[in-house]
This record gives sequence, structure tokens and C-alpha cells, in this order.
Amino acid sequence: MRRADSTLVALVAALFVLLVLGLLLPKWLFLLTLSLGKGLVVLGLMLLLRTGLVSFGQGLFYCLGAYAVGSLGQFLGIKDALLLLLTGVAIGSLVAFLLGFLMARYRDIFFAMLSLAFSMILYGLLVKTAALGSTDGFNVAPPGLLGRPIGGEAHQYALFALACMLAFLAALVMHVYFETPLGRLSPAIRDNEIRVEYMGASVRHAIHVKYVIAGALAGLGGALTAMTVGHIDPDLAYWTTSGEFVFVTILSGTGSVIAPFLGSLVFEVIRTYAYQYSPNTWQLVVGSALLIMIVFLPSGLWSVFAYLRRRSSS
Amino acid sequence: MREAVALLIDGIIYSSWLFIIALGLTLIYGVMKILNMAHGSLYALGAYMAATLVGYWLGHGHAPLASYGMLALAAVIVGVVAGPLIERGLLRFMYGRDEIVLLLVTYALFLILEDVVKLVWGVDAYYVSEPYGLLGNFEFAGLIYPVYNVVLIGVSAVAGVALASVLRYTHHGKLLSAVIHDREISLAMGINVARFYLVTFTIGTMLAAIGGALTAPTVSVVPGMGVQVIVLAFAVVVVGGLGSLPGAALGALIVGLVRSAAVHYLPQVELFSIYAVMALVLIFRPKGLFAAAEVRKI
Amino acid sequence: MTPILDAQGLCKKFGAVTAAWGISISVEPDTVVGLIGTNGAGKTTFVNMVTGYLKPDTGVINFKGRDVTALHPRQITRLGICRSFQIPQLYDSLTVLENVVVALSIVLRNSKRSRWARTPKVVPGHGTPLMAAAEKMLDGFGLRQYRSSRAGVLPEGVRKLLDIAMALAVKPEMLILDEPTSGVSSDEKFGIMDTVMSAVRSEGVTVLFVEHDMEIVSRYSKRVIAFYEGKVLADGAPAHVLGDPDVRKYVVGGQVAAHAASKENPRA
Repeated sequence: MRRADSTLVALVAALFVLLVLGLLLPKWLFLLTLSLGKGLVVLGLMLLLRTGLVSFGQGLFYCLGAYAVGSLGQFLGIKDALLLLLTGVAIGSLVAFLLGFLMARYRDIFFAMLSLAFSMILYGLLVKTAALGSTDGFNVAPPGLLGRPIGGEAHQYALFALACMLAFLAALVMHVYFETPLGRLSPAIRDNEIRVEYMGASVRHAIHVKYVIAGALAGLGGALTAMTVGHIDPDLAYWTTSGEFVFVTILSGTGSVIAPFLGSLVFEVIRTYAYQYSPNTWQLVVGSALLIMIVFLPSGLWSVFAYLRRRSSS
Repeated sequence: MREAVALLIDGIIYSSWLFIIALGLTLIYGVMKILNMAHGSLYALGAYMAATLVGYWLGHGHAPLASYGMLALAAVIVGVVAGPLIERGLLRFMYGRDEIVLLLVTYALFLILEDVVKLVWGVDAYYVSEPYGLLGNFEFAGLIYPVYNVVLIGVSAVAGVALASVLRYTHHGKLLSAVIHDREISLAMGINVARFYLVTFTIGTMLAAIGGALTAPTVSVVPGMGVQVIVLAFAVVVVGGLGSLPGAALGALIVGLVRSAAVHYLPQVELFSIYAVMALVLIFRPKGLFAAAEVRKI
Repeated sequence: MTPILDAQGLCKKFGAVTAAWGISISVEPDTVVGLIGTNGAGKTTFVNMVTGYLKPDTGVINFKGRDVTALHPRQITRLGICRSFQIPQLYDSLTVLENVVVALSIVLRNSKRSRWARTPKVVPGHGTPLMAAAEKMLDGFGLRQYRSSRAGVLPEGVRKLLDIAMALAVKPEMLILDEPTSGVSSDEKFGIMDTVMSAVRSEGVTVLFVEHDMEIVSRYSKRVIAFYEGKVLADGAPAHVLGDPDVRKYVVGGQVAAHAASKENPRA
């Protein structure tokens, strides 16, 4: 019980700190909002990783969420942020639900590469769809919330605050979820599926549910990102985008629901500066960092925090 | 009628290309149980090396026909240098870990190699089209094709037959079959598994590089050209069954023909058709067309 | 009395190997049955068929009068048959406590009347909420001292106990133990069996156990079934079966059988 409380406290504190930070550092608002949106995708991936699955295709739901926002705005003139976000979640969940019937049958490499393939299917379709701008994509106008504009150059803080709330809620829900029977099944499935089945639980059903949750989170993240960046294109579904999410998930580790957002922020900050400084070595840096993490830090950066905390409390 | 013939020939040409690309991937997976996500980067390395060698060769006024030798040389160099370097320098330390961890390691390798290519060759495009047009064209059923495509089909067929023969008929091939079947028992029997892994990975790398080298004269060699390859190769290999050589051939044929049909009749679904085939096969045969038997777990 | 388990005419072939040739076994409720036989005789195949891991080629398995032949292990567990494994199947990266908590939370979830109903607070069959039930189970099996250790680093005897404990989390009506004392040192064997039997027999659970150790078999079982080459060789009271000349010849070995047959059976 004490552990649950500490995470809740940390979440509330983080929310508060973020909101204040946003007021003090307006130049960082874009980066912070973007990190929160991508952090949502990573949160879903973290759930899957806890279950022993690596998805190289979350970009599918991410892109679907983004294009849902863009299309609703472009073709139906819908601008309400909440409605757009809800649509992102809905479409992510629906597609994940449908694909889940196939995906839940697979594990390991197959699961990873199949998910990759499905996101590439979306990429292929979008690239050839002129109405959606083909490879160029199209712009997304800033949305409104309850009639007032948010996002865009002039109202960044409002969108940022919304993103903070979303991230807080998502993290909270996931935190509670991990204490439910289905949530507890994740590490069990990762360790020993046969045992889970012999205890009377359906592994396939559990994985299906988690895949839908991850899809919903990725769809939400994509919707938020579309509103933040103001532009969408098929690259959101390219497998390398999904690969980035995987990298951040490994960076963050599976120890805490705050980790995905922190990891995402660290990644975006480093990417911004590394890219400015030397664009042709960015992937080299990421690849090398990934290798180092696999060899020395299998539980991600969060394990460093956990280790330090244990050291200081003992 | 002509439409059908054109479709068939285009399909076979594309299938041959797919086969060469998929062959290395399925070989490495079959023996080492590693799905090499950097396969496309090795393909790109082959293309770049080919561009450099052919450019050098022709630039110094040597016999144009021998530029084909340069293509082969490029593949060999990449295979013999990059293969052992990667296997001994990196993969070797990861054996025994989860196959998903190894997948992530090869993903990291892919990221690294993409930038290595940019650092060594720069970001501008390379063009080495001479070998492509060198042998002229030929006519078949009223359609015109570059002879180069026959070379492609030929190399692909030779590679497949050679590999299958080595596996089936040579002493080393049989030992390799043992290693594929069970690494630990092979080790216990005194087979030098480490050496087999090294050789297998080198050959797999060489095959990827051959694919790239043969492709170089037909496209502009640019950074990122290998990124698509892993997805295509995986689709082919999955349809045929991971680790199966005849599976890779059948998979390449099926995917190639389906894609050709798509290109001819409904170009928008070209990419979609490839993955649709893959998804369909998986629904009915979850492990691919030629899947290996599973061992009881409890 | 209607048998709790009734298997008739079970046949199972694996390619050229016949693991079961028309096996017919009927088990009364609230008893302890020992299954013996050399390796490959068909004991584990029988267990795997009863628990749904394998489907017999022919034959029927009835549990409490209900046909369970084609059911999935998951469904069979929910009906009331639980098993432990020859090689303990645990969640190696989780602690002993977490292992038990996972087992109990599955029980909790399965007891929901419908998919959308709220998860009950009290674990059915245990009478207390999740964490309390978990601690109680650990105590009942003497695992309290290991509660914070990861399952993967435990000694084999403890792993076996945990494996069986998790099978019992479901409060089954029938418990099948697959070689509960194999791989365990001699002094621990009786400890494990005593712990398990005392936890189980007070609730009237029917126990089937596969064993190679004839001392364990004669001490704890009320009935022994001997397998040989996929058929039932002998079936009856321990002393009778272990003294049977065929059983001695094909399964047990002369001296051990004589020694075991002469011992009293205190758990009758």
C-alpha cells in the first residue's frame, strides 16, 4: 500500500511541477507538450513490454490518431480538442481490437515484426492517397476547447496544460491497472504462459486487452501530437518512428508510470540538440546508446533511480 | 495475353530480387535464431561498395564488361569485412539471450550502420548505371527487357541451388543442419558451433550485399535505401516459414507475383498487397508455409 | 459412489510411439492414488490428457460426471482439477509472494459472475482479501521465510512446494502432482509430502501423484496404479501392487518392492 501512495504523490507532484515549469519556461512549451504526447505512446509500449512483448508498430495507432485529428479538422471542420482526442483514442482502440485477434496469437520476433508490417501497410496506403496529401501530408489547424482556441503559437500553454492533465490521468489509470488481476498477469505472462493457462486464465485474452490499451494510448498520443505540431505526414507510420518509441521505452524501463514521460522528454531534448549539432550521427548515437543499455542497463534508466533510492534509504 | 506474360515476367524478376534479399535473412535466422534487422543496411553497404568500385573501375578506363566482376567483388568485400566484424565484435556476446533482445541489438546495429554509410559516403546520390545497360536488351513475346534482369534471375537461382546443395550434400552442410536443429547438443558433440555461426553470418551478409550490389546499377544509391528492405524480406521469409530455404523461394515467388499483379492492375495497393498476402498466409498457417515442428514444453 | 474421475479407453500415439493403449481408470473421491511406472510408461501422458494439455486419440474422460475430454487446460482448471509440474512452472522473476498473489488474483478474477461485474474483495475458498490470503498460503506451506526471494533463485525443494501451493490456490477438488519429490534431496521429500498432504486432505481433495520413489508411494497412497508400456499393469492397494511379481519385474525392481510392501501404510 505504501508503494502505491508514493507513486500517486509523485504523479501529483509531477503534474504541479510541470504546470509551473510551463509558466516559467514558455520556450520549452512545444518540447514539453510533444514529450507528453509521445510519452503516452511509450506508456502503452511499457505495458506491452511488461507482458514480454515488443511492438515495432505502435506508429500505426499513433499515425491513425494523428490523421483522425487532421481529417476531422480538414474535411469536417471539427475543431473541439476533446472530441478530437476522443476520436484518436477510439480509432486506436478499434484498430487494435481488430488486429488483436491476429496479434494475440504471436510472441517475440513474430509479434514485433508483424506489428511492424501492419504499420507499414498504413504507410503504404497513405503515401498513395492523394486526398490526404501523399508523402507530404497536410497541416492541422489549432483546435479549440469549449469554444476558446488552444494550441498554435498564441495559446501554447492551454494545450500544454491539457496535455499535462491527459498524461496525469493516463499514468494514474495505468498505475491502478497494474494492481488489478489482469494487470498483475503481465509479468506472469512474460515469465511463464503455461502456468497462467493452468491457473485458469486466458493468455490470449489478456494480451488482446493489453494490445487494445496500448493502441488506445498510442492513438491518444498521436492525436495530441497532431495538435501540437500542426502537421501530419505518413512518416508517423513508418517503422522507424515505431523504432524510436521502442528505444524510449527501453530507455525508460518498466519500473514506474512516470518513467515513459521522463524518458520521452530526455529523448526529445537530446534529439533536438544532437540534430542541430550533427544530423548525420544522430542515429549512430541512438544505436550506440541502445546497445549500451542492453548490455549494462537492462531495466532502463529508471533502474538507476531505483538503485540510488535504495542506496540512500538503506 | 501479352498483359499476362508481362505480369509474369515482371513478377519473376521481382521475385528473384526478393529471393536474394530474403535468402540471407532466412539463413541467418535458421542457423542462429537471430532476425537481423540490419539486413537492409548490409544490403545498402553492398550497393554503396558496388557504386564505389564500379565507379573507380570505369573511371580508370578498364573494360566495361568486367564491371560485373566489381559488383561481385563489392559483395565479397562487404561480406568478408562486415560479417566477421559484426558477428565476432558484437553478436557473439549476446548469444543465449532472448531472441527479442537480439532483435533489438540488430535494430541498434541498423541505426548505427545507417549513419556509418552517411559518414563514409556522404549524403549525395551515387549513379552507376553502366552495368545495367551494358548487355543491351532482348525481346521476349513482343516485350523488351534488359539482359541485366536475366543476370539477376541467374544469380538468384545459382545462389539458391548452391546453398541448398551445400546443406544437403556436403559434410559441412550436414553439420550445419545439426547446428540448426539443436545448438547445445551440437556443441556437446564437438561441433565448432562458433565457427559455423561466423561462416553463416558472413554468408548471410554477403547475400544481402549481393542484393545491394546487383540493385545499385538500377537505382540511385542514396542513404536510407536499405530501410525498406527489412520489411519486404521479412514478409517473404514469414510467408515461406522462418529458416526455410525452399520457403524463401516459394515466398519470394508468391509475393513477387502478387505484387506484380498489383502494379499492373491497381498500383495504389502495391505495398498493401505484399503485406496482405503475408497476413492471409499467417491466418491459415501461423508459422508460414514450411514451418518447423514444435517440441513439447512440459 | 460415483467416481470423481472416470477415464475410459484412452489411446494416444506420438508417431510410432504408443503412449497409451486403452487406459481405463476410475477414481473415487477423497482418496490418494499413486501412479507408478518406468519412464515412458505413460504416466505423464495420462496426466497430460486428464488436465487437457493433450487430447487423446480415442477415449473419454469424465470429471464429476461431465465430459472434459476436449477441454482446454484453462477450462479444466476452472472445473476443479489442478496439477503441479515435474519441472516447477513458476514466475521466476517475481518473488514468492508475488507468485502466490498472481495465482490468487486469477482465482479472484475467475470468480466474477460476469465480465463486467466488480472484482470481489474476498478470495473465494480462502475467506480473506487478496494479500491476507496470500500470506496465509505462504504460512500454510512454510514458505514465509522466502516471501521476498525471487522464485528463480530458490532451492529445488522450495520451488516444488511453491509450484504445488499455486496449484492449490484454486482450491481444486482434484490435485494431480507430477513427480512432487523428484530432484529433491531425500530428507526434503517427506517434508514436502507431509506439508502438501496436511494442507489438502483436511479438505477432502482427491490426490493423484506420479512418483518414482516407492517409499513415498507406499507411505502416502491408498491405492496404487502401475503403468507399463502404455497400459495399466496393476491396480489396487499399495502392498498388493508393489508386491505383484509383474510390477516388480517391469517397474520397481525386486528388493525395493519387498521393502516397501512390508511397511505399514499410516495414511490409510
